[in-house]
Amino acid sequence: MSERVKANKKSPAPVAAAKTEALPVLGPVEMLRWAWTQLTSMRTALFLLLLLAVAAVPGSLFPQRPANPSIVTQYIKDNPDYGKLLDTLQLYDVYSSAWFSAIYILLFISLIGCVVPRAIAHYRAMRSQPPRTPKRLSRLPEYGTLVVPADAGLPASDAIRSAAGVLRKRGYRVEVRDDDGARPSLGAERGFAKEVGNLVFHTSLIGVLVSVAVGGLFGYSGQRILVEGDTFVNTLVGYDQFTPGTNFQSSQLQPYSIQLDKFDVTFDRESRGKIGQPIDFNAEVTTRETPDSPAKQEILKVNEPVNLGGTSIYLTGNGYAPVVTIRDGAGNVAMQGPVVAKLQGENYYSSLVIKVPDARPEQLGFVGFFLPTAFITDEGVSFSGDPDLFNPQLTLNSYFGDLGLDAGAPQNVFELDVSDLTPLNARNLDAGGITLAPGGTYTLPDGKGSISFDSVKRYVGVDIHHNPGQLYALIFALLAVGGLIVSLYVNRRRVWVRTGSHQDGRTMVEYGLLARGEDHRLAAEAAVIRKLLSEEWQIEDSVSGESSDDSDSDSTGTQQTPSRQDDNGADSLTSPAGPTGPKKDQ
Amino acid sequence: MPFAINETMGQYSELLMLLAAGTYTVAFIAFAWDLAKSSRALRAVDLKAAEAAGTKVAAMAGAGASAGASAGSAAAANRVESHLAGPVGRAERPSSSVAKRGDEGSGAGQTAGADMRYAAERRVPARVAVALTVLGVLIHAAGVITRAVGAGRVPWGNMYEFLTTGAFVAVAVFLLVLIRRDLRFLGTFVVGLAIIMLVAASVAYWTPVGHLVPALQSYWLIIHVSIAVLSSALFTLTFAMSALQLVQSHRQKTVAAGGADKLGFMRLVPSALSLENLSYRINAIAFIGWTFTLMFGAIWAEKAWGRFWGWDTKEVWTFVIWVVYAGYLHARATRGWTGTRAAWLSIVGYLCVVFNFTIVNQFFNGLHSYSGL
Ligand code: HEM
Repeated sequence: MSERVKANKKSPAPVAAAKTEALPVLGPVEMLRWAWTQLTSMRTALFLLLLLAVAAVPGSLFPQRPANPSIVTQYIKDNPDYGKLLDTLQLYDVYSSAWFSAIYILLFISLIGCVVPRAIAHYRAMRSQPPRTPKRLSRLPEYGTLVVPADAGLPASDAIRSAAGVLRKRGYRVEVRDDDGARPSLGAERGFAKEVGNLVFHTSLIGVLVSVAVGGLFGYSGQRILVEGDTFVNTLVGYDQFTPGTNFQSSQLQPYSIQLDKFDVTFDRESRGKIGQPIDFNAEVTTRETPDSPAKQEILKVNEPVNLGGTSIYLTGNGYAPVVTIRDGAGNVAMQGPVVAKLQGENYYSSLVIKVPDARPEQLGFVGFFLPTAFITDEGVSFSGDPDLFNPQLTLNSYFGDLGLDAGAPQNVFELDVSDLTPLNARNLDAGGITLAPGGTYTLPDGKGSISFDSVKRYVGVDIHHNPGQLYALIFALLAVGGLIVSLYVNRRRVWVRTGSHQDGRTMVEYGLLARGEDHRLAAEAAVIRKLLSEEWQIEDSVSGESSDDSDSDSTGTQQTPSRQDDNGADSLTSPAGPTGPKKDQ
Repeated sequence: MPFAINETMGQYSELLMLLAAGTYTVAFIAFAWDLAKSSRALRAVDLKAAEAAGTKVAAMAGAGASAGASAGSAAAANRVESHLAGPVGRAERPSSSVAKRGDEGSGAGQTAGADMRYAAERRVPARVAVALTVLGVLIHAAGVITRAVGAGRVPWGNMYEFLTTGAFVAVAVFLLVLIRRDLRFLGTFVVGLAIIMLVAASVAYWTPVGHLVPALQSYWLIIHVSIAVLSSALFTLTFAMSALQLVQSHRQKTVAAGGADKLGFMRLVPSALSLENLSYRINAIAFIGWTFTLMFGAIWAEKAWGRFWGWDTKEVWTFVIWVVYAGYLHARATRGWTGTRAAWLSIVGYLCVVFNFTIVNQFFNGLHSYSGL
């Protein structure tokens, strides 16, 4: 491959030697240089890559905070003996942990240290002439000879020029040497794109990483639940939950609005074993880019986000929201509207909590379940038999007392702490639990008020994301694949041809090929060049005809032989055997 | 409105899958028979050659079943010599960087062709096995197609379908490669794997035809999963080749050191270096495929969940696989890491693929937990 790799490949022995002998005199600069050489070596890159693979694994074994903070808390609670220890080791935040970061940062430093010198070296290589013609072409992995008969009247110098033409046409960069001398030769090279591809690939990986970092800095995301009829306005207070990037500013939020008009779910009614599985979610929404823009009707679906104001809005959850009206002891309506029920089990078996801080004289609270298609077993266990609204039912316990909301401490809307409340309705009390069907009303004991179950609406959960890095990540990723393909499938090759005139007037030609890097088609290339040259000089060449029809010819095995054949005793051409073989660069 | 499913088609499909598994089983037996028979034949050739030449060396290298290497002690001797002599030993030499590696010093005891091309000599059981595999794959294709028609969508939406379609792709890719290269020595492995996958699908993961959950209703399912399955099929081939490479390399060393050749059937298998070179080429294609899998997965994740990367378990493992194979490609360019070590990386990478497909799909919770279980 590159000069750099070559150097690294050869370095271990000298470096080791230097270490044992010269260690005492190594100054800080040499130490740094030595460390840098080590860090940017292929061996280190390989080691860091494998380490990265290993380090990524624990993130799939332990719950991760960014994805599931509550599960992590639970996990630590469930495993008191080692749960905390894992936390100290950052095993719940693997991908932002010090050790994981250290590995990929080192890898990318190594990558830069690798790419930059190679890019420079390659730039030079692209501008310089192909390497000088080796003395003994026969030592090259692909070697062959051709003989142009004397009656063709082709002098050695013309032969080399026409060979240069043939190779140029085939995309080689060619330099003819000594073309008026007795032994003219040419050096040719092609496939510079291979190294360029490799560099583009590695550089683009840095680009992907930087884009991801940019997304983390300037992006933001949030969640919101929308009941049919609700409108979300893109401001900080509009979100149920909001996660800003490190450099987020609230002025980034464009105050667009999105209203949920209607939400439909289609359930599977025909597949065996899957009856009731949802097969389509369809949310009709009305959007406005800004408060003054015209309204626009759009459809939001899973896998089909709505794009608005630089953000994307995704459909990520849904459920039922029973609409209730609650009157307090004084007979006033203390609360009216949909209550979001949280999914608990199969077929939309959902839990719900209603807090009525406005009820007088005493605040009221309700905890219970909503079932779209209620069934009660003989043992009194209730379950939902279907996800659709065939037999909707609310079963609730009720409480009165101080809900603790006035203290101002934030509370989870899906939980009610009943420890300071007095129960009114529960299955184990005389009054029993509350069971309501749509249209029903239940009067609470002791004149505390009443609750009516008016109707059922649906709600959706949407995720809203803004990630400015993502487009760049995609561009770099595409560049990376492009570079990868070029790098793996372009072959970098060198060809040398040397000609000379025999005493009897024949022109003797020998050629050799060398690949840089992995190249299983070098033999096929040799065959093609042989064929092209034969055609150019109109030589009958039975040998090349045979092997070149097999373009995928391996360099191994019998296919190899033809190009090796010293057919016409062209040995006489081989230059005075200098011990210096071809300058191989593998 | 979603396409109506067709249960009858689904039942035909299941029947066809079982028929395919049955046909593969017979093909498997034929492949195994081929291995046994050929190794017996090779031993017989050895004995004869040993009698004729009277030397052990000639016997070891005696050309038998393949590569058009003509039998006879002259050729054999020539071959052994060529291995020792270096440059002339091009039969074992790739044209480029990996040439002349020490551990390949001797290919003695090798009979299968280094280039993995078909030899003139006919192996009847192998031909029967391939014919049966072709028959099996046709039935299998019908099974996959009827499944798709029955469900009115691409047939890869749950574990049952991943397994049945995956097995089909693995066998089809194997047969396609067979057109150009004689990899019949991998037959027992590939066909055996297909049988296991079909049986596992029908027994453990059986799922009737049904609609896709909304999360999977996207054209990215077609793109992302098909490339993933194709790449996995290629990784399957290279896994087998790398495993054989390790065995072969061990055997070559033993034989070169004058040890007894206990694994005679391995002569049907090309040399360790040829295995390494071909599996590198296939791995390179599969790696590009896996890169696309990773990228398209990220694009899809962006469409479905609003973030293109979130270290979900399935994403983690896809990434790990990608990095391991990137490591493999690096290893091939790192001195001291080619050969056996690279083969190990290829094997580890494949184990990760299998892990990702089985354990992760089944036991790890994540956003991808819609494998139909
Ligand atoms: C982010 C980590 C890296 C990844 C994922 C990666 C991946 C790859 C892949 C897939 C290839 C084979 C395709 C090709 O030839 O273009 C490759 C080749 C190569 N990489 Fe990396 N690489 C990484 C880091 C590095 C580093 C740090 C170095 C330098 C020390 C390096 C040096 C090379 C070289 C020299 C080749 C060419 C090898 C050959 O001759 O085939 N890479 N890399």
